[in-house]
Amino acid sequence: MVIKVLGSGCCNCKKLEANVREAVKELGLEATIEKVEDFKDIMAYGVMRTPALVVDEQVKIMGRVPSVEDIKRYL
Amino acid sequence: MNILAMIFGWLNDQLLKMRWLSELVRLLVEKVFGLPVSERIGGSIHFFIYDTIKIFILLSLLIFVISYIQSYFPPERTKKILGKIKGIKGNILGALLGTITPFCSCSSIPIFIGFTSAGLPLGITFSFLISSPMVDLASLMLLISFFGLKIAIAYVVVGLILAVIGGTLIEKFRLEKYVEGYVREIENVDAEVPEMTRKERISYSKEQVRDIIKRVWLYVLIGVGIGAAIHNWIPQSFIENVVGGNNPFAVMLATVVGIPMYADIFGTLPIAEALFAKGVDVGTIVSFMMAVTALSLPSIIMLRKVVKPKLLAIFVSIVSAGIIIIGYLFNAFSYIFV
Repeated sequence: MVIKVLGSGCCNCKKLEANVREAVKELGLEATIEKVEDFKDIMAYGVMRTPALVVDEQVKIMGRVPSVEDIKRYL
Repeated sequence: MNILAMIFGWLNDQLLKMRWLSELVRLLVEKVFGLPVSERIGGSIHFFIYDTIKIFILLSLLIFVISYIQSYFPPERTKKILGKIKGIKGNILGALLGTITPFCSCSSIPIFIGFTSAGLPLGITFSFLISSPMVDLASLMLLISFFGLKIAIAYVVVGLILAVIGGTLIEKFRLEKYVEGYVREIENVDAEVPEMTRKERISYSKEQVRDIIKRVWLYVLIGVGIGAAIHNWIPQSFIENVVGGNNPFAVMLATVVGIPMYADIFGTLPIAEALFAKGVDVGTIVSFMMAVTALSLPSIIMLRKVVKPKLLAIFVSIVSAGIIIIGYLFNAFSYIFV
């Protein structure tokens, strides 16, 4: 599974990344987590609100930082 | 009719202005601290405690309700709606959608790129970018609470007019070439916006309340502190001479001071409220609030990443000039509001 966290490096993006890592750990998933910080690459997903979460090239979350529990449902 | 007016007045006094809270805090300050609120120290403490609690209550409730509404209007959807409309109607709709689309200065770049790559005219994008931080549902409710219905509605209406005219002017000047080149190379992608369930909307709204309070609490406290100082410590004559009716340049001063400041309307209101109580003209206060919210140093620096200096300078000049004109107009017609 490839998980991408989209965001320009604002504090919310870092928080989403931390929550995603926690969720992956708790679920014991095999996943690579990448950060996408370049606007060109972010826009390629049509995302206009950061942070966003992309799981296997599918946009799951935009413009919010859900809790670890909530994120688990998207993985 | 009289009964209706009485009911509305009571609701406004107790729910939005929170008279009950003012009374409670007065009892606390007078009976527990032993400081009469009619005197300086007691008055400042009363202002500080009452305003802080009031703002945080309103903030939490309003952000929750408004985030819930906003969850139906993501910018990706706004982009699609605006893509179908041309001319001044597009500017008007852009300004209106700006009031209900969730916005924070860190998302101004993706929004700008998204709108531009979708082929939206520059003017419509700017109408949106002017109105979005300056006018929203939360600020309308707060303005009603602090200044009453008339001033609140006038603020929102002139704010929207400024966004429409500002965007239209930028359109007329044909400034497309001053958008950074890479922005136009980005291809438009329409994301499938994940549909949210009711539960997700509620948890989104809670997250928003938490995030926004975390982001603004310090500004609110600073704002209330300055407000309390203005309220009780700064001499009336000083205020009248600097930002009051004695200084014909008061509106310009308020605008120039407000522009670089970065604060939400929540931090600005207590300062505005204290100035208002000191008899500062309503136009000067409106200019100050608009300047603080519409333009700030961080947002200007952000925008510089997507537009060239010339367009940025024109944008800042148009908005500043508009805010100054609005201030003088408000002052000229202030008899309607006070």
